[in-house]
Amino acid sequence: MDQKIPVTVLTGYLGAGKTTLLNRILSEPHGKKFAVIVNEFGEIGIDGDLVVGVDEEVFEMNNGCICCTVRGDLIRILEGLMKRRGKFDAIIVETTGLADPAPVAQTFFVDADVSNAAFLDAVVTVADAKWLSQRLKDAPEAKNQIAFADVIVLNKSDLVSPAELREVQARIRAINPYARLHESVRCAVPLDAVLGRKAFDLDRILAIEPAFLEAEHEHDHAHEHAGDHDHTHGHDHQAGHSHRHYHDEDMQSVAIEIDGDVDPEKFLPWINNLSQTEGPNILRSKGILAFKGEPKRFVFQGVHMILDGDLQRDWQPGEARRSKIVFIGRDLKQDMIRTGFLACAA
Amino acid sequence: MREDPAVSLTGHVVETKVEAHVVAATFLSGLPAFALADGCLVLQADNQLRRLVLHPEATLLAASSSETRLASGGDDGRVVFTDGHEVREIARETGQWIDAIVLRADGALAWSSSKTVRCRDSAGLTKSVRLASSVRGLAFLPKGYRLAASHYNGVSLWFPNAEANPDLLAWKGSHIDVTVSPDGRFIISSMQENCLHGWKLADKQNLRMSGYPAKTRSLSWSHDGNWLATSGADACILWPFQAKNGPMGQAPRECGGRPARVTKVAFHPSALIVAIGYEDGWLMLCRMSDGAELPVRAPTEAAGAISAMGWDAQGRRLAFGSRTGEAFVLTLPS
Repeated sequence: MDQKIPVTVLTGYLGAGKTTLLNRILSEPHGKKFAVIVNEFGEIGIDGDLVVGVDEEVFEMNNGCICCTVRGDLIRILEGLMKRRGKFDAIIVETTGLADPAPVAQTFFVDADVSNAAFLDAVVTVADAKWLSQRLKDAPEAKNQIAFADVIVLNKSDLVSPAELREVQARIRAINPYARLHESVRCAVPLDAVLGRKAFDLDRILAIEPAFLEAEHEHDHAHEHAGDHDHTHGHDHQAGHSHRHYHDEDMQSVAIEIDGDVDPEKFLPWINNLSQTEGPNILRSKGILAFKGEPKRFVFQGVHMILDGDLQRDWQPGEARRSKIVFIGRDLKQDMIRTGFLACAA
Repeated sequence: MREDPAVSLTGHVVETKVEAHVVAATFLSGLPAFALADGCLVLQADNQLRRLVLHPEATLLAASSSETRLASGGDDGRVVFTDGHEVREIARETGQWIDAIVLRADGALAWSSSKTVRCRDSAGLTKSVRLASSVRGLAFLPKGYRLAASHYNGVSLWFPNAEANPDLLAWKGSHIDVTVSPDGRFIISSMQENCLHGWKLADKQNLRMSGYPAKTRSLSWSHDGNWLATSGADACILWPFQAKNGPMGQAPRECGGRPARVTKVAFHPSALIVAIGYEDGWLMLCRMSDGAELPVRAPTEAAGAISAMGWDAQGRRLAFGSRTGEAFVLTLPS
C-alpha cells in the first residue's frame, strides 16, 4: 500500500569525510527531505531538520546463528520514524568509523517490520585517499567497510600524487572489484552516484562484472609500486589489457562462471550449506544463474549467512545462458568454493 | 460478506478522520480521546472535535492514560500530562526521543529515553536509573512502587525509591514490550524473535511462548487475570494463566482467526470479551465463553492497520484508531 522508504548507509573510517558527504547530500537543492540517523552526535553540525542521534546497539538474535546480528537502535528509530510517513522521503544512516556494516544490512533482511517499511538502497563507504592504504593494514573495520560497499567515495584525492591514487585504487580493487568507485575532493560527487542506487534490489542485479570494466576503463591500471605481498599477473578480460593487481592477505573476492546451466537440485543445497558453514567469512555474495529448464534468470544476493534469491526476467533471445557467482569475504576457501560450484553444472 | 444485524456491531460505530497515525485511543473523563503521531490529542465532545497540541512540530511516539489524564512522550524529548483541557510539561530530555511511557492509576509515571529510565511518583518526585541497553517497554508492578523495563538481554525490575541496582531477569535476545500480570506473579515480554518470554516472579522460572509468524506488539490481560491476549498471528492468541505455573505445558486458545495479521488486542474491563484489531483495518469482538465473533468494522477496501484501542471504564464504549488516521468509537447497544 505505502511506498517503501529508501535507506542509504554511510560508512567510512574516522576522518574520511562521512559528515562532509552527509552535509553535501542534505544541502543540495534536490527538494527531498531526509531523516538522518547519526552517531557521534553533535561532534560536527549536521544541517538537516530531522536528525536523530543514537548509540549503535548490535543485537544477537536468539536463534543460535552467530552472524545474524541486527542493529537494535535502527529497529527502534525506524519504528518511530514510520509513524510520520510523508514527513520525509528517504533515510540516511551514518555509522561510526568503527562500525561493521553487516548488522545494519542484516536488519533489513531479518526484521519484518523494517523490511515492510523501508529498503536498503546501498552501502556507501567514504575512504581517505591519503590514509586508506595504512588503515587497510592496521584497521580491520576499514577493510570490512571497503569489502562491504556498493559505492566507494575515494575522498581527498587532491592530497595524494597520481601514482599514490592509483595505488590506493588498486588496493581497494584487490578487496572489492564490484563497488562503484568515485574519486572526490571534499566529497563532491553527484548525488545520483550515492543515492537511488537500489544496490540490494534483485531486479537491478543485471550483470556482475567488476565495476572497473564498465566505469573506469579510461584509467591506466599499470602500477609503479608493488609492496611485499603484491604480485603481478595477466588478466584476460573483455577490455583486453592487463594490469598489475594487488592481493590482499585476508580479504578477497572470488568469481566463478559456468558457461551454461546449473542444476537447481544441486545448486540450492550447495549454496545453503556454504552460507551456513562459511557465512561468517562471506561478507557479500551475488549470483545470476541459468537453471536447467527454467526460462527465467535466477538471481540471489547474500550478507553473511542470509540469502535472498528469486526468479527474475526471462533470458533474452541471443543472450548466452551463463551462471556466475561472486563472493567477497575473509579467508575464502577459493578452491573448495570453485569445485563445489562447478559440480552444480547441469 | 452478508451482515446479520443481530450479530454485527458495524452500525454502532462512529468514524472520524483525524489525519495522522493514531498512537493511543482512550477515554479522558468519559470523552473519546485519540493521541496522534502529529503531536496532537483529538477529543470528541458533543459531536465536536477538540484538538489540543501536546508536542508542537514534533512526533508523539508513546502515550499512556488513566481515567482522567493522558501522559505522552515525543521525539522532541518532552513528557507532558494533559487532562483534555490543559497541557503540562513534566520533563524534557534534550536531544532524546521518549521511547516508552507508562502511567498508573495512582498517578505514578515512568518514561524512558534510550538507556535512561525515570520514574515520577504521584507527589512529583523523580528518580532515574541508567540501564545497559536501550529500553523498549515499561510496566508498573501492581503492588508497591516497582517498575519493569524491557531491553536487550532481559527485563530489569527497579524500586525507584531504593538505593539498590535494578534486579535483572536475564534472557538472551532483544525484549520489546513488557507486561505484568494483574496479580503480579508473572512478567511477560515480547521478543524480536517472534515469541514471548516470561518469568514467574516467585522462583524466576522461565516461560517461553512461541509459534508467532510476526512480533507480538500488543498484550492485554483479562479482568480476572486468567488470560493474556496477544497479537502477532492471524488470530488472537490467548494464554491461560489460571494454573500455578501459568501457561507452562498448556496450549493457548485462539479466537478471531482471519486471513490477516492481528495488530492490536484489548480485553473488556469486566467481561471475557476481547477486542481484536487487524492489519487490514478490521475489528472484531470475540466472546471467550462460546467463541462468538462480532464484527465491529469490516472495510471492504484496503484500509490502514488498527494501531490503537481502548475501552472506557464501564466497558460500554471502545475507542480505536488506525495507522492511516481514522478514529472510531463503538458504543455497545444496551
